[in-house]
Amino acid sequence: MLPRRDKCLSALFITGGAWLFSSMAHAAYEYNLTPPASTLTQEIFDLHMLTTIVGTIIMALVTGMIIYALINFRHAKGAIPDQEFHNGWFGRWAWVLVPVIVLSIDLTIASSASSTLNSVESHDKADVTVKVIGSQWKWTYEYMDDDIKIVSNLKKLEPTDPLYLRDVDDPLVLPTGKRVRFLLTSSDVLHNWGIAEIVPKKINIPGYINETWTHITKEGTYRGQCYENCGTGHAFMPAVVRAVSPTEYEQWKVARKAQQAQAAAEASADKVWAKAELMAKGEEVYTKNCLACHQANGQGLPGVFPALAGSKIANNTAALADHIAIVVKGKAGTAMAAWGPQLNDLDIAAVVTYERNAWGNTAGELVQPKDIKAAR
Amino acid sequence: MSVATTHDHHHDHHGPPRGWQRWVYSTNHKDIGTMYLFFALFMLFFGGAMAMYIRAELFMPGVQLASPDFYNNMVTDHALVMVFGMVMPAAAGMANWMIPMMIGAPDMALPRLNNLSFWLLPAAAILLMLSIVAPYIFPDGGTPVNTGWTLLPPLSVQNGIGMDFTIFAIHTLGVSSILASINIVTTILNMRAPGMTMMKMPLFVWAWFFTALLLIAVMPVLAGAVTMLLFDRHFGTSFFDAAGGGDPILFQHLFWFFGHPEVYVLLLPSIGVLGLVIPTFARKPLFGYKALVYGMGVLAALGMVVWAHHQYTIGMSLVATNYFMIGTILISIPVGLMLMNFIFTMWRGSMTFETPMLFGIAIILMFSFAGVTGVMLAVVPADMQYHDTMFVVAHFHYALIPGAVFGLYAGVFYWLPKWTGHMYNERLGQIFFWWTTISFNLTFFPQHFSGLAGMPRRIVDYSIQYTEFNMISSIGGFLFGLSHLLFLFIIIQTIRGGAKAPAKPWEGSQIGTPGLEWTLPSPPPFHSFTEAPVIK
Repeated sequence: MLPRRDKCLSALFITGGAWLFSSMAHAAYEYNLTPPASTLTQEIFDLHMLTTIVGTIIMALVTGMIIYALINFRHAKGAIPDQEFHNGWFGRWAWVLVPVIVLSIDLTIASSASSTLNSVESHDKADVTVKVIGSQWKWTYEYMDDDIKIVSNLKKLEPTDPLYLRDVDDPLVLPTGKRVRFLLTSSDVLHNWGIAEIVPKKINIPGYINETWTHITKEGTYRGQCYENCGTGHAFMPAVVRAVSPTEYEQWKVARKAQQAQAAAEASADKVWAKAELMAKGEEVYTKNCLACHQANGQGLPGVFPALAGSKIANNTAALADHIAIVVKGKAGTAMAAWGPQLNDLDIAAVVTYERNAWGNTAGELVQPKDIKAAR
Repeated sequence: MSVATTHDHHHDHHGPPRGWQRWVYSTNHKDIGTMYLFFALFMLFFGGAMAMYIRAELFMPGVQLASPDFYNNMVTDHALVMVFGMVMPAAAGMANWMIPMMIGAPDMALPRLNNLSFWLLPAAAILLMLSIVAPYIFPDGGTPVNTGWTLLPPLSVQNGIGMDFTIFAIHTLGVSSILASINIVTTILNMRAPGMTMMKMPLFVWAWFFTALLLIAVMPVLAGAVTMLLFDRHFGTSFFDAAGGGDPILFQHLFWFFGHPEVYVLLLPSIGVLGLVIPTFARKPLFGYKALVYGMGVLAALGMVVWAHHQYTIGMSLVATNYFMIGTILISIPVGLMLMNFIFTMWRGSMTFETPMLFGIAIILMFSFAGVTGVMLAVVPADMQYHDTMFVVAHFHYALIPGAVFGLYAGVFYWLPKWTGHMYNERLGQIFFWWTTISFNLTFFPQHFSGLAGMPRRIVDYSIQYTEFNMISSIGGFLFGLSHLLFLFIIIQTIRGGAKAPAKPWEGSQIGTPGLEWTLPSPPPFHSFTEAPVIK
């Protein structure tokens, strides 16, 4: 009986020791907090290491005391219980001693934490301000000082790809060495734009604006994702930042603005588009904006997102106006967003045309940008 | 073990009624306690099955088993079932069984209320099960309850009919908890035998006293919050909708005003069990009884004023954030005091290592670890990095499985001989202990690492960098789930037979808990004390 218990106890020690060992020995890279790439996250990383080390020491002490007790105060070794232990001086004063020791550790951690918190909440003047809007299930970035807007969607990859669920079609581009302020909000439910390398998290709340900031020190691509449960597509909305040198950032801005101006001119021109052009453009817009819910085959998800393939509205010429209205204004009480403010006339015309002609749908109309302009 | 003394029931004026009436109409604290315990055991397997599905889905990247909404529905109901259906009823079952016997009362103060508070539970469980199937059986059932147990709007307002069933289930569970708590407080204050002063009560009774006070204080707040949610969903109010002048964050404050004390509701009864188990098997009195009683009081009080540490990322003022951070870090004082007092109780004792004691020691070690990660999470800037990652999931499973569930296992093994009159199979009990403890650590320890590396909670699918940690976690999870079949076997075996248990099943019974339960035979008669015992 007893030797087996001895074995059991030694196994307990080994398990306990293994925890501590594994948490300390592998303190390198992937077992620890993501390595920081900004001044602020570096400060937080140091704070994290402080609490981790204090915590490890406390665990070592507690484990040591328990092991000492298990070895020495055992019935099997003939230990005699000291029935008066709790009435001695230690028993009378332990209730003071233990809290005083714990309090001093607490205050050490709290004072250090409080000063880092001041850095997180500092509101110095920013060089670049970006509004980050979360919506189900993509990120929209608006540069407040420049007229630039980026819509960032999941890039579909196979579950074997190293970037599976970590890459987007159009990442946010930021300069290194500048103070960047983020204004966080949402268009539907709670989201949380989180990229651990560069920014401490604040949640995106619909109707409210939260603020956080960064000062990126290293060029590179930083990947995070949504951290606040936002429904069906929560796992599928990565956030990617490409940090470039200030010169490269300026060049990127110029190129981006030119590209946006060209697209806007194209959309507002009173050109009549051919079916092939609209279908190609429509598929592109659909993939980027609609596919997450309505799926690539237009079947939706039964009970959650309605199917477009074979739907009454998409197959009935009389319902064309309804179709356009739903896309432009959204549908109240459902997850269907109003796309009017987000897409230009050409994009909406193309995607409606696509939806009415793809997957065996037979309505067959061509919708032109001017139809959308009229419907807005 | 000495040979059990046989006892008879002749001193009972009437025995239990026969058949189903004994249970449905029961006003007997032991029968109701038994029903609570069996209900909790059933829900343990129900909630456990959901956990098995979650671990199977997360075994590798890709969505393999069901839709993302079903996944998050399981995440929601795993939490609700384990918190409201398993831990709380199991602790309430132990309270029903043990508190009257410990303080020398003939029964609970309000026996009919006791019956009602139990029978509300199966009703609530049915509502909760309906919330899972409702979206599929009703036309236009809408999205399943995919919010997680925090039910945060606006997502919960988007949900379909399942959310309404969940809200009604929470109402029913809340009524049940409040009634049970009123009963327990009344029993403790009014039904103590002559000479059983408050400061002579076993620690378990004190723990439940604070637990019940917490529940009475915070359950109505949750009921109010979910009612406001119901109104937002159906009656055009906008408490939580900025478009109508409301604030989605208000719900978080209300929820966590309930939710944080709720954590102590789950923990305190198990700390009470520890306060009996450790001295029993160390064969010396509890170290610092007074400090533990006051410590639990301080813990309960502090626990009610630190709720916003669950929502550091909502953007509070600097002053408020500092207040909640320092308040939260200070919780380590009463918790540290309690854990150290348990270690000092072992100090210079004479320990044996029966199953309850093994669980007790494991709790001290693993709950300390949860406390350490708790302090890490309390630090606001660092929490902005950990927030809503698997690190949080690992932390609270380390707090709640050793802190609450293992405490209940310790209680089950400690009192099974008293409840059934039979000793359980010690060898199987110890196998169960090692199996659960090792597989538990295998499941949740790797989640600290995946969380630090940035893996979010409540995601159905993850990128391939987290694969190894999740595979280890899933294997551990399956082993952990499987170990509970052994638990079930041990319980059934002990109920059916085994060595007769004496009135004091453990050598240190009387030292461990100076309550009156050991003066009764095992199993105790249907009516415990026909005459009030007198404590000198």
